[in-house]
Formats: sequence, C-alpha cells, structure tokens
Amino acid sequence: MGPERVTFRGWLLPLALLTPQLAVVGLFFYWPAVQAVGHSFVAQDAFGLSTEFVWFENYRALFSDPAYYDSLGVTALFSAAVAGLSLGIALLLAAMADREIRGGGLYRTLLIWPYAVAPAVAGVLFGFLFQPALGLVAQLLRDLGIPWNPLLDGRDALVLVVLAAAWKQISYNFLFFLAGLQAIPRSVIEAAAIDGAGPVRRFWTIIFPLLSPTTFFLLVVNVVYAFCETFGIIDVLTAGGPGRATQTLVYKVYQDGRIGADLGGSAAQSVVLMAIVIGLTAIQFRYVERRVAY
Amino acid sequence: MALTGIVRNGLALLGLAAATPALAVTELQWWHAMVGANNDAVNRLAEEFNASQSEYRIVPAYKGTYPETLNAGIAAFRAGTAPHIMQVFEVGTATMMAAKGAVKPVYQLMKDAGEPFDPATYLPAITGYYSTTKGEMLSLPFNSSSMVMWVNRDALRKAGLDPNAPPKTWPALFEAAKALKAAGFTTCGFSNTWVTWAHLEQLSAWHDVPLATKANGLDGFDTSLTLNGPVQVKHLANLAELQKEKLFDYSGRYDNGFGRFTSGECPLFLGSSGSYGQVRNNAKFDWAAAPMPYYPDVPNAPQNSIIGGASLWVMGGKSAEEYKGVAKFFSFLSATDRQAKLHQTTGYLPITRAAYEKSKADGYYDKNPALEVPIKELTNKPPTENSRGLRLGNMPQMRDVWSEEIEAALAGKKTAKEALDEAVARGNAILRQFERQANR
Repeated sequence: MGPERVTFRGWLLPLALLTPQLAVVGLFFYWPAVQAVGHSFVAQDAFGLSTEFVWFENYRALFSDPAYYDSLGVTALFSAAVAGLSLGIALLLAAMADREIRGGGLYRTLLIWPYAVAPAVAGVLFGFLFQPALGLVAQLLRDLGIPWNPLLDGRDALVLVVLAAAWKQISYNFLFFLAGLQAIPRSVIEAAAIDGAGPVRRFWTIIFPLLSPTTFFLLVVNVVYAFCETFGIIDVLTAGGPGRATQTLVYKVYQDGRIGADLGGSAAQSVVLMAIVIGLTAIQFRYVERRVAY
Repeated sequence: MALTGIVRNGLALLGLAAATPALAVTELQWWHAMVGANNDAVNRLAEEFNASQSEYRIVPAYKGTYPETLNAGIAAFRAGTAPHIMQVFEVGTATMMAAKGAVKPVYQLMKDAGEPFDPATYLPAITGYYSTTKGEMLSLPFNSSSMVMWVNRDALRKAGLDPNAPPKTWPALFEAAKALKAAGFTTCGFSNTWVTWAHLEQLSAWHDVPLATKANGLDGFDTSLTLNGPVQVKHLANLAELQKEKLFDYSGRYDNGFGRFTSGECPLFLGSSGSYGQVRNNAKFDWAAAPMPYYPDVPNAPQNSIIGGASLWVMGGKSAEEYKGVAKFFSFLSATDRQAKLHQTTGYLPITRAAYEKSKADGYYDKNPALEVPIKELTNKPPTENSRGLRLGNMPQMRDVWSEEIEAALAGKKTAKEALDEAVARGNAILRQFERQANR
C-alpha cells in the first residue's frame, strides 16, 4: 500500500521543485551549523576583534565543567517530563474529542488555539498565574496549604517550566492524534465492540497500535521541541534559576554565548547539543520505529 | 499586510526624500534601553538637539533591555553596522573598555572635534566609574542611579514604628521587619531588586570592604574576587535566616520584583533610586527614600555608595564628520539647564556639579527629598579603594553566577560561606577567561 509513486523524467524539474526547500534548509540550518562548528574551535572576544585557534580547548573545558553535567541532567528530566505530559494529555483529549459529542467542533478549535501562542507569551501567562504573591494558581496553592516559591525552590521552578512548555505543545499533539484517530477505520473498532471488547480494551489492543506511527512521529517532534524550542518559556519564567535548577542545555548555550560573551564555548555546546539531538532521533528511528505498525 | 507595510514605508521614504533639502544631514544612530517616561526623555533630547541645529540628526532607537542593547551593538559591530552612540549599563564597562578599536573614548572624541570639555565639571563619584586610572573619560555618563531604601511610611505607622526614623542599621531593620510581620506584613518584611547589586556590590562599598582586588578591578583586569569576606558572609547568613520566616523575602535577580514595594506588599525595599518615577506614579501610600542600612560594628561604615545606570559609548570606525556631530551632541547633553531638567524629570542623578547645585538652589530637594538621598550616599565620604566603583570582566554573566549562589544560600542548600566561596571560585574562572581574551 502507500501513496502512488510519481516518477519524473529527467532531473531538472525535481531539482527545481526541491530548490526552495533546499535553499531554506541550507541557509537556516547547514550554514549556521557549519559556522557553529568553526566557532567551537576558536576563542574570540565579544566584538570579534581578536581570534585564536584553540583546537579542542572549548570542548575540554566543557566536559570538565560539572555545571555542564548538571545542565544535561536537568535537560533529560525536563524533556522526559514535557514529552510525557504533553503526549499523555493530548492523547487523552484526542480520544475524548474523537467521539460524536455536541459542540465537538468548538472543543477541537479551542484545544488547538494554544499552539498559536508564542513561547514567550506562554511564559508570561504562566508567570502571571503562578507568581508567588499575586498569581491566581499560586493563591489557590497557598489556600490549600501547599508552599509555592519558584523564585527560590528549584523543584517548584522546574514544575513551572514543565507545565508551561507542555501546555504549549498539547495542541500540536492533539491535532495529530485526532487526525490519526479519525483515520482508523470505524469498521475495525465496531467489529471489536461486537466481539465484546470494552472501550479500554479497544483502545489498547486496536486504537493505540494503529496510532503508533503518529505517536512515534510526535515523540520525535516533542523531544526535539523540549530540547531546543523551549528557550523562550525558560527565559521569561525562570531565566535558568533558581541556582541552575532550570538551566537546560539550550538555555546554557544562550547564557554562556550571549550574556557571557564566550562564543567559542557556546558554539562547542551548540555542536554537542546538535549531536545529542541527532543521536536521540537516530536512536528513536532505529529502535522505536521497529515496533511501529504502519 | 507586510506588503502594504512595505509599500507605505516606501512611499513615506519617497516623501521624506522629497522634503529633505539638497544639503545632506548627517544621521547619528543612538541605541538605548530606556522605556516609559525615560524613553520619552530620550526622544525629547533627540528632538531638541535636532531642532537646535541643521547639520546633524540624532536618531534614537530602543533596542531592548540593557543586556539586549549591548548584544545588539556587539552583533551590529561584527556585521559592520554599529550605531554611533550606544547606551551601555555600568557593568558592561569592562567589556567596552577591553574592546580597543571598537570604541572611541569620549576624551579623545571631544579633543579631536575641538569641543570644550572639562572632566572636572562632572561629579567624580560618577565619572570615576567610566574613566581610566589616569582620569581619562571613556564614556559619557547618561543615566546614573544609586541604591536607596524605599520606605512605606504608612506601614511603619501601622507597626508602631516612627515613620520619620526608618531603620538606619541592619540590626534595626531586622527588628523592624519583625514588628511589620506582627502588624500583618506576613509575606515580606523587606526585600530588594538587583540582588547582587544590593547584597554584594553596594554592601561591600558601603562597608568599605573589598569585592575584588586591584580596587575592585578598576586598576587592572588581573583582579580576583574577595567577596567571601566576613562582612559579606555574615550578611548573607542573616538574610538566609530571615528568609525562613519571610522577614526577608527574595524577589528575584533583576528588578521585576519592584512591584512588591509599590503594591504595598513589602514595606521596606532596597532598590534603585532610578525607580523614583515608578514609586511616584504607582505607590498609593505615604512613601520616602532612606539611605541603605549598615552594620554599626564594621569600621568606616557607612562609607559611600556606588552608582548604577548607564553611560553613552561612542563606537569606532566612523567618519570625522560623524564624530563631530556626536561631540556636539554630548556638549548639548552636558549643559547645566538640560542636566538639571533631566535629573528632575527622570530621578536619575545629575552628572555635573553645576546641575546638582542648580537643583539645590531651585529648592528642588526641599520638595523631593527622595532625590537627594542617593547623592548624599554617593558623596558621604571620599571614596576609598573599595568604594570607587567596580570593573569586572563579563560582569552580566558574573552577576548570574553570584545570583545562583545567593539563591542556593537563601534556599538553605548551602551555608552562606559555602555559597560565597563558590561564587568566588566560579567568578574567578570568568575573570581569567576575560583577562585572556582582553590581552590577546
């Protein structure tokens, strides 16, 4: 099965059709990536007035810095929590919205909305809600007797950025899960129902396996999102603090490079980060994809 | 949308080109980080200067927060499109100084342009921060502030304290916080903005103890930190202890916690004197500014405070004609009436003696005593090695590192001594890296 294969005669037309995409990828991915690799081997002042080639010194400094491993740990925890939470909630919501309910279209639209919110704006919103003195949610927590102080408590701060980052991604996941659910033939599900399978069983033995390509795709996207695109949320909400409790790898790249004006060290971090993300994606394709039923 | 925008801008440009006389006006870009009332002040200054002559046109552009403006300027310099004038916050001074060739020192600029310029007319407590050890002024102070203690007088009354005698010393402040807590200020007795500025930088200068060797870095980049001394450690330990009871409550690294004072939540608040406008506009209670508290058992305390704020740097690689315009603009800025007015409308410190004397003669401080507090703090005693100012490489990053350690101490994860030892160790690593880059 699968889409019908289209064959072009010659290579000019395909090339012409691909050029815009290749240009975008080349300009906005390969070119900066090559530059980052170049920068990671030099030490340079902020203004670029003097440059010294230092071989692997930036990398050596990086891997002998305990703060870097802390950041790696924070990133792992953060990414797992964001991906897990946003995928889980989105799947639940999609399974609910996939039924014939009154006003279903409205629910679906509302659930997709948050995706249009810019990360920094999401950060500001959550900042307001959870602001220890004035925030609505913070007040609620206080009334319930739960201490809440993300300014000093690292765990509270991490919970806060995870919630904001996950909330932002739920819509995207919801959209894909819903499309995936709607593509599952009704007849299969109905047949199982007639055979006496309850809703939970139908979900785990039929729907979830048939949804696995979508889930797999979303897992990759969500991990990459948590690793690289949550910068705005962290910057607005915690700026990596308190201590270094919410300093993820990508935030550290920014702090060292932009605030610390250490371009070489920051570039080395970017290269390592890129390698990690590529590696993770490759692992997912190699091992997780095997268990996916297309 | 975007397209019509472009078309409209294009038409506007055409219109502008048609309206401009044949003689070209030299445009001078001024990048700054001022918002709100201070942004208006910047725009007004540019308009007044542009109206006062026809050869040059100052074009101000807001570039975000202080660190963002600095980064934008650095990025623009690397791309060959640096502005002529860049507003850089005080802790970016070392970065700018080290960038020989990227900047044009102000004393040089004024000399080359033949503009009358006498550094002695400026307040030394302010210019010292931006001058070489030889007294050569590198950048023009623009907006300077110092740290004061903002006081909610109504809250003091409510707690049975004398609103006319806010706590002078730290021990008295701690007692006041207890009384305030008993009077209903349970979430925050006192707090502060800019945590490292308040509890390390100003604290050290105010108590005449060194923050770093080599006169806090003013005498050379080969400086190392000494901020884990007994005064700083004791103070941080006190804060950590008070944090448990919320007698002191941490409000974050930067100044976004200042609303806790103006909303009435925290009745005593160490903050920038530059927050004057914000207090005046937003505080719905009887308020005042008082000098920062000190520990009476430390000899020489209180010494003098140091400044914060920003100065104007002139970027390198521009034409002589452009520099002439910048020099004229700087003379324009330094004029006494203009300085006095700027000081009185923004709450930032006057940068020249004459502007201070004029404001005093105008009786301005009788009506606005809060604005004289920072000046009195700055000039409390002749500055020592420990209180002239500070100049440490990569200071924005340094402050983040110090903040991280202070947060660890306040959260009870480390003792005050452990946290400050770590702040010294990590900070020194940053200094060595900066020194190496600067000397290359």
